[in-house]
This record gives sequence, C-alpha cells and structure tokens, in this order.
Amino acid sequence: MSLLSVSNLHASVVTDEGPQPILKGLTLQVNPGEVHAIMGPNGSGKSTLANVLSGRPGYTVDGGTAVLGNDPLLELEPFERAQLGLFLAFQYPVEIPGVSNMEFLKASMDSLARARGEEQPNTATFMKRVRELASSLDLDPAFLKRGVNEGFSGGEKKRNEIMQLLLLDPKLAVLDETDSGLDIDALQTVAEGVNRYRSSDNGVILITHYQRLLDYIVPDFVHVLSNGSIVQSGDKSLALELEAKGYAWLT
Amino acid sequence: MSTSTVDDLVESGSEYHAGFVTDVESETLPPGLDEDVVRYISARKGEPQWLTDWRLKAFASWQEMREPKWAHVHYPPINFQEISYYSAPKSQTDGPRSLDEVDPELLRTYEKLGIPLHEQAALAGVVPDPAAIGTPAGANVAVDVVFDSVSIATTFKENLAEAGVIFCPISEAVHSHPELVQKYLGSVIPQRDNYYAALNSAVFSDGSFVYIPKGVRCPMELSTYFRINERNTGQFERTLIIADEGSHVSYLEGCTAPMRDENQLHAAVVELVALGDAQIKYSTVQNWYPGDENGKGGIYNFVTKRGLCAGPRAKISWTQVETGSAITWKYPSVVLRGDESVGEFYSVALTNNRQQADTGTKMIHMGKNTKSTIVSKGISAGGSENCYRGLVRISPTAQNARNFTQCDSLLIGDQCGAHTFPYIENKNNSATVEHEASTSKVSDDQLFACQQRGIETEQAVSMIVNGFCKEVFRELPMEFAVEAGKLLEVSLEGAVG
Ligand SMILES: Nc1ncnc2c1ncn2[C@@H]1O[C@H](COP(=O)(O)OP(=O)(O)OP(=O)(O)O)[C@@H](O)[C@H]1O
Ligand SMILES: [Mg+2]
Repeated sequence: MSLLSVSNLHASVVTDEGPQPILKGLTLQVNPGEVHAIMGPNGSGKSTLANVLSGRPGYTVDGGTAVLGNDPLLELEPFERAQLGLFLAFQYPVEIPGVSNMEFLKASMDSLARARGEEQPNTATFMKRVRELASSLDLDPAFLKRGVNEGFSGGEKKRNEIMQLLLLDPKLAVLDETDSGLDIDALQTVAEGVNRYRSSDNGVILITHYQRLLDYIVPDFVHVLSNGSIVQSGDKSLALELEAKGYAWLT
Repeated sequence: MSTSTVDDLVESGSEYHAGFVTDVESETLPPGLDEDVVRYISARKGEPQWLTDWRLKAFASWQEMREPKWAHVHYPPINFQEISYYSAPKSQTDGPRSLDEVDPELLRTYEKLGIPLHEQAALAGVVPDPAAIGTPAGANVAVDVVFDSVSIATTFKENLAEAGVIFCPISEAVHSHPELVQKYLGSVIPQRDNYYAALNSAVFSDGSFVYIPKGVRCPMELSTYFRINERNTGQFERTLIIADEGSHVSYLEGCTAPMRDENQLHAAVVELVALGDAQIKYSTVQNWYPGDENGKGGIYNFVTKRGLCAGPRAKISWTQVETGSAITWKYPSVVLRGDESVGEFYSVALTNNRQQADTGTKMIHMGKNTKSTIVSKGISAGGSENCYRGLVRISPTAQNARNFTQCDSLLIGDQCGAHTFPYIENKNNSATVEHEASTSKVSDDQLFACQQRGIETEQAVSMIVNGFCKEVFRELPMEFAVEAGKLLEVSLEGAVG
C-alpha cells in the first residue's frame, strides 16, 4: 500500500481577484521508505502542493484526491491531517510570541497522543528527549524556553522545524525548502537530521531548489513541477541534469 | 469559627444580625431607592448612627450626580428604581441539595475551569458541605464566601487571628472594629468620588474587611468568591483592606456568576490603604456572566477600585484578569503619596461576542521617587469592544517620579475593536514617563502552524492568547494563574470558526 497517493489534483489559490488555478492535475505516489524530491521554477506550485495537502486556509481544491494510508485527506481539518501523521516543515516558519517552544512541543505531542489514543508522554522524559534533540541539531537548550521562533535566525528556524520532525516522528514529512538560507554546516546538520528520521515505514517529500541538498539526502525519485503539474520524473541524475541545463528544456 | 455542621454555618451567618433577624429565610426588598431604603439597609444590619449618616450623606450626593457617559461603552439607560437594594441569604434548604440539581451548563463551565468539586458546589449554591468549605484546594487559601449580599461563611479565622490579622465581612467589622472602619471607610474613595461610588456608599451590602497589623506578613493568601444569586438584585460589594506599617498581604478576588437573562448592575468599591513599608497585592479574576452571543443579558460591572500608598516605600499592586460581564467599567488606581512608594497595574481584559470593556488604571504620583508600572493586555474577539483608558499624573511634588506603561492589544477576527486612551499629565520636569503600545492579530499563519502540529483550533487560540498574556499571568498567585489560563480558553469558545 502506498503511503501517499495524490491523483489528478487541481487546486486554486484564493486571491482578491477570485480563485486562481495553480495545481493542474498533479499526480504523485509515495511509498513507505521513499524520498521524493520536488524541484521546479519559482511559482510553479511547490508550496501550494504542500499547503493543499496539509489543509492551509486560502486554497480551494477543484478536483482530484489525496490519500494518506487509507485516509482521504482533502476533507479533513488541518489538525486532523497532522494527527494522521502528515507533517509540514514550513518554508517560512512563523513566530508565536510568549508561547515557549517547550510548551508548544508539549501541546503538540499531547494532542497527537490523545488523537491516537496513546498515553501522553511523561513530562520529565519528554523534556529530556527534547533537550537531546535540540543539542543534536546544534540548538542551544535556552531556545526551548524562548517563544516559538521568536527572534530566531532564519537557519535556527529551519533547524527548529527539523527538531519537531524528529520529535513528532510523522508518517509523511513534507519539507518545503528546508535547505534555503542555511550555511554549509547547518545544511549538513539538517540533512543528517532528515536521514535520522528516514525509515522503511515513513516517507519524505523534499521540496528544494538545490541539487546540493540531494548529495546529503539521497532521493529515490526526483520530480519536476512546472505550471501546476509534474512534467518530468527520474532518479537522482535528473537533479544533476537540471543543474546543468535549467528548466527551460522541459517546459 | 468552626463550621462543623450546616446549622453552625447558618448560625454563624445570622450571628451578627441577632435581634433583627427572626429567621434566615430569604428576604428581598422591593425594587426602588429612596432615603428610607438606605435607612432600612442600615437598620437591618444594626449599624451605628455614624454609618447610617454616612450612607445618607452618600445618598444625598448621588442624587445630585449624573451617570458618567465618557466611557467607550453603550447600553440602555439603567432605571435605578427597578433594582432591589437589599437581599438577605436564602434559607439553606432552598438551594440545590447536591450538584445533581445544578444547571449542568454551569457545572460544565466550572469543570473546564478546573474548579475543585467542593468549590463548584459552593459557587453553584449547593447547600454547603461544611467540611469541604473549611478545606479549599491548595490548603492555604482562606475563603470568605459571599452568597449574594451577606457573607455567611468565613474560614481560617483562627489561624489568621493568631497572626493578629482581621479578615471578616465588613458588616461584622463595623461592630467588632468600629474605630478602624470609621477611620478608613471612604478615606481613599470618598462618598462622592463618582456616581457609582456614591451609590455604593449609600447602599453597600457587604464585602470583605482586612486589617494586617504592623510588621505582620499575612500567613496565607486571602480569597473571596462573589456570586450574584437573586434576580434583579444589584450587587454592591464594599471591600476595605488596611495594611499597617511594614505588613504584607496578598488578596485574591474571584467571581463566577450563573446564567441570567436580565442585565444586572454590579457597582463595587474596593479601597486599599498601605501605610509606610507595607505591601498589598490585590488579584482579581472576574468572570461575571457576559451575556449570550447576541449580547442578551450579562452583568454591568461598574467598579471603583483604588489604593493609597499612604506612607514611604509602600507598594500596591493590582493584577486583574477580566473576562466576564457584558460591560466592564473599571480603573484600579494607585495614589502614590508616600515617598518612594510603588504602584503596579497588570491587566488582561478579554472581550468576546458583544462584550464591552473600558478599563485601565490611574497612577497618581505625589511623593518623591515614586514609581509606577502599567502592563495592559487587551484581547478582543467576536464583535466586542475593548478599550484601555489610563491616566498617569505626576504632581509638582513628585520629584523624580517614574512611570512605564505598556499597552498591547490583540485582535481575533475583524469584527471587534481595540482602543487605547492614554492620558499623561506631567507637572514635574524631573519625571520620566514612558509609553509603549502595540496592536496585533492572531494570524491565520500562527493558527495554522499550531494546527499543523496536531493542536486543535480552540486550544491553539487559547495557547496564543495565553502567550500574549504571559507578562500578566506571571504576576498572579499560582492558584489563579492556572485558572486564569483556562478561563481565557472557555471565554474564547467559538471565537474562531
Ligand atoms: N495568497 C496568494 N495570492 C496570490 N497568489 C498566490 C498566493 N499564494 C500563491 N500564489 C501564487 O501561486 C503560484 C504558486 O506559488 P507557490 O508558492 O506554490 O510556488 P513555489 O513553487 O513554491 O515557488 P518558490 O520556488 O518561489 O517557493 C505563484 O504564482 C504565486 O504567486
Ligand atoms: Mg515555495
């Protein structure tokens, strides 16, 4: 059984001038254990795909389906999709002043556990685990007391997303340009985090502009998204080809 | 006071009315207000002549005064002749016998607030289980339960008495400590201070009296739960707290009102006096019935609260979490008369649906090197109006006075309003006055970020709002901080679709 199955997905972004179609018949299948890289020109709809899958407000689904495991996603509330195991690492993580990182993570863990009928983690064990993860991503433990992303640098925000990924251990992770804005060391740290997360049960959709990331996180498939649909798929060598030739030859 | 049986409780409640009360059956004065009503109230409580005269003087002032109209709130005119001004407690047997008989909606709210069962019972008016009332959760909280207008149970008295602390209904203090009451009643808020203070002075029902002797640290937090019980009964609480030189006290006031259909007037007066080196911390969680989502019903909360730092290095700190009432009109203030005295005001005011709040503070600097801090967090949701109104006055005598004001508004949705009216009157050029203000929204992006991590919408909103209020919640005593957080969550129900 596939982990994620997106079929002929059409979606629009809601703008002041009315809905504007962005995804135009996108089909994608992710099996357990696979990493799919999605590349493509600016504005081609990569973030839109991530947002529509996770149920962000501001979009309408005009057709098609998306199923996670056995669960059709597109009718569900965003938190329900998250509770089913869908995780989105944001291209632009948002700040939540006054809500400490630790508090936020605890609320998240508890919600997920509750939804799955699992026992909520013991606070002490939980905090220990979070601290360990933070230091494994070179995040100062003092971060955990600060407001969510409050005053974090761009790179710190991205590492924070990966820390959440490792803590929450979702079924499917959609990483939207988690590599952009990272220095070389941080890129390795983040890639190492993603590799640690990978297992034969879960899957990753890796949205990126840079072939470089794929040296660290080796994808099983590379897709090119252009004008709202996947126009080319291949293995890692496709990324190298894109780096050499750009996107023009595909569109 | 031992409260081993229900009968004891009833007894102790009627004790100081001996001679006037033949039974404890409920007795409510017919609606209307004139001199005779004022005299009746005073006589009913067996008050000394000076207090009857004091009330009559207040009543005379009130008759000459006009209802204030400057607040940013709108409501139909109040007919003061339609209100009943006295209500004795109902017979204990009239109340529900157990929680099973209480409106489940009310219990659901209590439960969400995390109020312990025996306190729920007390709040819901269940015939009290005396053993439970004597041992509130958190142990070290002395609860003076005000049922309607007359206090009927006071606990922890002995413990406090040992420390020399006086904590009793003000109606009792009038008899047991007349010299203190006469000296300080109206000393901070004169009878004709404002329209509602004058009304309260004329007809006040009951409230708490606290005296902390010189150098004493009150051994526990003092707490009062107020409740409006009877239909159409105005509630006119009167509280007086005196901290003698070098003493410390922390007082908690919490309110929960049951569902009511008609608007009810609540015009309380709270006076605080801190003598030299004394400290008073007064915390409020106010959750009167706010009316339904269309603005029907709800309490009109027109309160006058003021503290006087009478001596050097005195400190008065107001912390309030205001989530209830249809209309709130309230400005807990501090008069900084003593040199180096300190005034603080930490406030969270949340309005939802059709609620209106006009609240803030006044810091009146008179002494040298006086210092005040104002942190106000206003949260508006639904179609509500939330307004901060603050005055910082630096008198010519207030050499080197300092004030810092931070005033933040948070909007949820786009049907609500937030307004800020800071007034600064500086008559001394050695003073420093700082004002910071911000307005922000709970953004869709923030909500989505929480939801994407599995957190449900209402919890997400409440978490974000709690984060916004953190600086104020930090000032609350522990017992209240948790309750306050939950209160926001309950009050915001339905604020985000
Ligand atoms: N809220 C919005 N209002 C108007 N247009 C929008 C909105 N959100 C997205 N779009 C448009 O939808 C298109 C797809 O945007 P999307 O963010 O999915 O692109 P992307 O592939 O992620 O690009 P990038 O590589 O720059 O991140 C773009 O043309 C963008 O301008
Ligand atoms: Mg993008």
